[in-house]
Amino acid sequence: MNMEKVLEVKNLKMYYFTSKGVVKAVDDISFELKKGETLGLVGESGCGKTTTGFSLLKMPSPPGKIVGGQILINGEDIMPLSENEMRKSVRWQKIAMVFQGAMNCLTPVYTIERQMMETLQLHKPMSKEEARETMKKYLGYVGLSEDILKRYPHELSGGMKQRVTIAMALFLEPEVIICDEPTTALDVVVQAQIINLLKDLKEKLKLSFIFITHDLATEAEVSDRIAVMYAGKIVEVGTNQQIYGEQGPAHPYTQKLLGATPKLHENVKELAFIPGTPPDLLEPPTGCRFHPRCPVAMEKCKKEEPILNEIEPNHFAACWRCLNEQ
Amino acid sequence: MNSEYLVEVKDLKKWFPVRRDFSQVIKKERKFVKAVDGVSFGIKKGEIFALIGESGCGKTTTAKMIMKLHEATAGQLIFENNDVTNVDKKRLLEYRKEVQMIFQDPYASMNPRFKVRDVLEEPLLIHKLYADRDERLEKMKDGLSKVKITPPEEFLERYPHMLSGGQRQRIATARSLMLSPKLVVMDEPVSMIDLSTRAEILYMLKELKNEMDLTYLYITHDLSTARYFTDRIAVMYLGKVVEMGTPEQIIDNSLHPYTKALIAAVCEPKSGKVNIVKEVPIKGEIPSAANIPQGCRFHPRCPYAKPSCISNPEPKLIEHNNDHFVACDRYKEI
Repeated sequence: MNMEKVLEVKNLKMYYFTSKGVVKAVDDISFELKKGETLGLVGESGCGKTTTGFSLLKMPSPPGKIVGGQILINGEDIMPLSENEMRKSVRWQKIAMVFQGAMNCLTPVYTIERQMMETLQLHKPMSKEEARETMKKYLGYVGLSEDILKRYPHELSGGMKQRVTIAMALFLEPEVIICDEPTTALDVVVQAQIINLLKDLKEKLKLSFIFITHDLATEAEVSDRIAVMYAGKIVEVGTNQQIYGEQGPAHPYTQKLLGATPKLHENVKELAFIPGTPPDLLEPPTGCRFHPRCPVAMEKCKKEEPILNEIEPNHFAACWRCLNEQ
Repeated sequence: MNSEYLVEVKDLKKWFPVRRDFSQVIKKERKFVKAVDGVSFGIKKGEIFALIGESGCGKTTTAKMIMKLHEATAGQLIFENNDVTNVDKKRLLEYRKEVQMIFQDPYASMNPRFKVRDVLEEPLLIHKLYADRDERLEKMKDGLSKVKITPPEEFLERYPHMLSGGQRQRIATARSLMLSPKLVVMDEPVSMIDLSTRAEILYMLKELKNEMDLTYLYITHDLSTARYFTDRIAVMYLGKVVEMGTPEQIIDNSLHPYTKALIAAVCEPKSGKVNIVKEVPIKGEIPSAANIPQGCRFHPRCPYAKPSCISNPEPKLIEHNNDHFVACDRYKEI
C-alpha cells in the first residue's frame, strides 16, 4: 500500500460555546489518513464523531468553534484559509462529504439533474452539455442509469438517493471523502449494496474514505483502520485485524462495545452491555473519561488522563491498563 | 389448539386506496396499496414473537392493526378466543387496556409539555383506575422502579427533554405497563438507542416479561437482536409472511431465498473482510406495494426464480418440520 498521507489531523479541538458552558465535543484528537485507505470513526451518539467530520470541512455548526489544531491535506494546512478560499479550493475539491440520511439532503423541489448541475457549475465553469456528460459518467460509477436525471428525489428509493449523493461527492474528484453514517437509514440488503459500491469505488478511483458510524459490525466490513471515539477523545486506533481479530481490541471501552454488538451467527442468550451512560461533556469526568463505566478502572484512572500510546506497531490505546501490561 | 394463543391473526389484510385520476373514476378502476396482504400467525402466551422485514414490508401496519389503530380491510383478529376485528367503542376501550404499545422513537412518543408524572398518569385517568391521587402516585412510583428509574420521586417531576434516550424508552415502557396489559407491541424499541445501552433495555424488557407475565410482539429489521431476544420469528416480504420459525430455524437453517439473502447481507464484526466484495444474492429494492408482482411476489428479485414461479399461483405457507413454515414452491431444490 502506498504510504503517502493525504490527510493529517493534529490536536484538533472543536468546542461548543453554549449558554450553560463550554462543551468539549472534540477534544484534542489526532489521526492520519493514507492514500487509498478507509479510516473508520466509531463511537456512540454524542462522542464527537460527526462533529469531527464537519470540523474537517471547517463547517462547525453553531455555537461550535474550532479552537485549535491543524488539518493538513497533502501537507498543506487548511486552518489559516478564509471561508472564501475554503469554498473555492478545498470543500468538495479536496474533501467532500456524504451526509447522514440521504433522504433529507436532496432538495425535494429540484430534479436530480438540477441539483447535480448546481454543484458542478459552481465549481467548474462548463457548458450544460459538458456537465451532463460528467453527470452520466459519475452516475455510471455508482450504478445508476441516466434517466433518473429527470426525476425528483421523491421518485427515488432510499438506496438510489444515497447513490446520488455519493455521485455528487465524487464530482470534483476529491482526495478524501467523509461518509457520515451512509448506511444507517437503509435496509440491510441495500446497506450491503452501498458498502459494496464504496469498496468498488475505492478500488477503481483510488479514493480515501473516512467512514463514520456507530455500528462496529459495518465498520468491520469497510475500514482498513479503525479509530474509536469516546466523549470527544480517540481512545483506540488499530488496524481491522487488531480490532476485530482473534486477539481483540485493547481498550476496555472497545472491548465492551464489541461485546454489546449482536452477532448473528453466534448463539448467545445474553448480550453484554455497558452500565451507565456516556458522560455529560459540560463536566467530563476527571482522569480517564471512561473510568466511571470501566470494569477494570484503577485509582490512577480517576486522577490522570491517559494519552494514546503505541502498544504494538500501528496499534494505539489511551488506557493506563494497556500501558501497564506492556 | 386455539387456547394456546393469546392473539391470533387470520388472513389479515390492509389495503389503502390510492387516489385516482378522473379517467380512472369514470372507468371505475380501483387501485390499492396492499400494505398487508393476507397475514396469519398466532402468538402464544408468554412468548416473544418477532416480525422482521425491510421497510415497507408491512410489519408496522400489521402491528397497528393488532393495536386497532388501523381498521383491517379483511381477515380476523382474535384475542383470548374472542373475535375483536370489529368491536364497539366500549369493548375497544377494554381491549386497549389489555394491549399496549411502545413506539420506535422515544423522542417523539412523549408530549414535550408533559412531565413524566403526566405521561404516566394519563392512561390511569383515561381508564378511570384508582380513585385518588395518592393511589395513582403509588402506582406510578411502582411503575418507575420496575423499569429501574430511581429515585422515582425525582423523575416524576422531570420533562422528557431532561432525560436521555435510554431513560425515555424506559419511561415509555413504564407507561405501557401502567395498565398491566397482557400483550405489549414493540415497534423497533431499541433501534434509536445507543449500542452500549441497547442490550440493557432488552434485558430489562425480558425480565419484565417474566415478572409480569407479559407477551411481546417485537417488530424489527434487525435479525441479530431478534436472535437472542425472541422465541419465534416471522419474516415478512411485501405484506406476506414468507418464513416463520424459531431463531435457530430461521437463522441457521433458513429455507426461503429471501431470508437467506437477508442473513447474507447482515454485517458481522469480524476481521478480514475489508477487501472482499460481499456477495448479495438479491438485486434491487423492494417493489412498491401498489404493484405486487404476479405469482410468487418475490420472483423479480429471487436468484432461483423459474418461469413456474410466475405462472403458478402464489405459494402458501407450508410446514417444513416442527413449526418451521415457509412460503416457497422450490425451497427443497435450493
